[in-house]
Amino acid sequence: MLLFFWVMVILISLSMVAFIYRLIIGPSVPDRVVALDSLGVALIAMIGLISILAETGFFLDIILLLAILAFIGTVAFSKFIEKGEIIQRDNDLS
Amino acid sequence: MKTNDVILQTTTNLVFFIIILFSIHIFFAGHYAPGGGFVGGLLTASGIVLLLLAYDIKTVTTALPINYTVMTAIGLLIALGTAAGSIIFDVPFFTHAFDYFDLPLLGKQSLHTAMLFDTGVYLVVVGVTMTIIQSIGDDD
Repeated sequence: MLLFFWVMVILISLSMVAFIYRLIIGPSVPDRVVALDSLGVALIAMIGLISILAETGFFLDIILLLAILAFIGTVAFSKFIEKGEIIQRDNDLS
Repeated sequence: MKTNDVILQTTTNLVFFIIILFSIHIFFAGHYAPGGGFVGGLLTASGIVLLLLAYDIKTVTTALPINYTVMTAIGLLIALGTAAGSIIFDVPFFTHAFDYFDLPLLGKQSLHTAMLFDTGVYLVVVGVTMTIIQSIGDDD
């Protein structure tokens, strides 16, 4: 059981290294945004594993918080790429 | 150019309430678990920021007609009032008190005056964060 745990830690660490590689050399901005989003998800998985290792349930709040923050950050980046401004003053209703 | 944000807006209508409920949970759990007024306030502000991202400033101020500067002032007043209320009972400044009450539906709960101070922190954090974000996003 513990062997399975450490295999998972190493696999997620390797995937985080791959995400950071894509984050650094990604040729376009959307590549980097997707890499950051995936890095957030890998970080959530890592916090879950650490909370198993520390035998505490207090880290589970952090998981939900990090998921919300990663979602909002990705939406903000996407809106900046698509429209050039993050918060619009007025929707184009006229 | 008018673009269609149906997926983002529908997702926001659902996720906004989850974020607000989670922020209320974190705010009330602050005495015995991680959390408190600061994180709860930041989470509420990020929920409102998600509304600002999906819609626009005019729609959000119509839906939530809150003057965030007044909100910051009310939060500071609540925090100072909690601290100064202990003077009335002839104890030092910032002395807190708690007791156990049998509330309907909730059972035996300990009500602490640190909760009132935390409410002040919550209002100040939400007010300051939303003032910063709205005043930066508003200018062209």
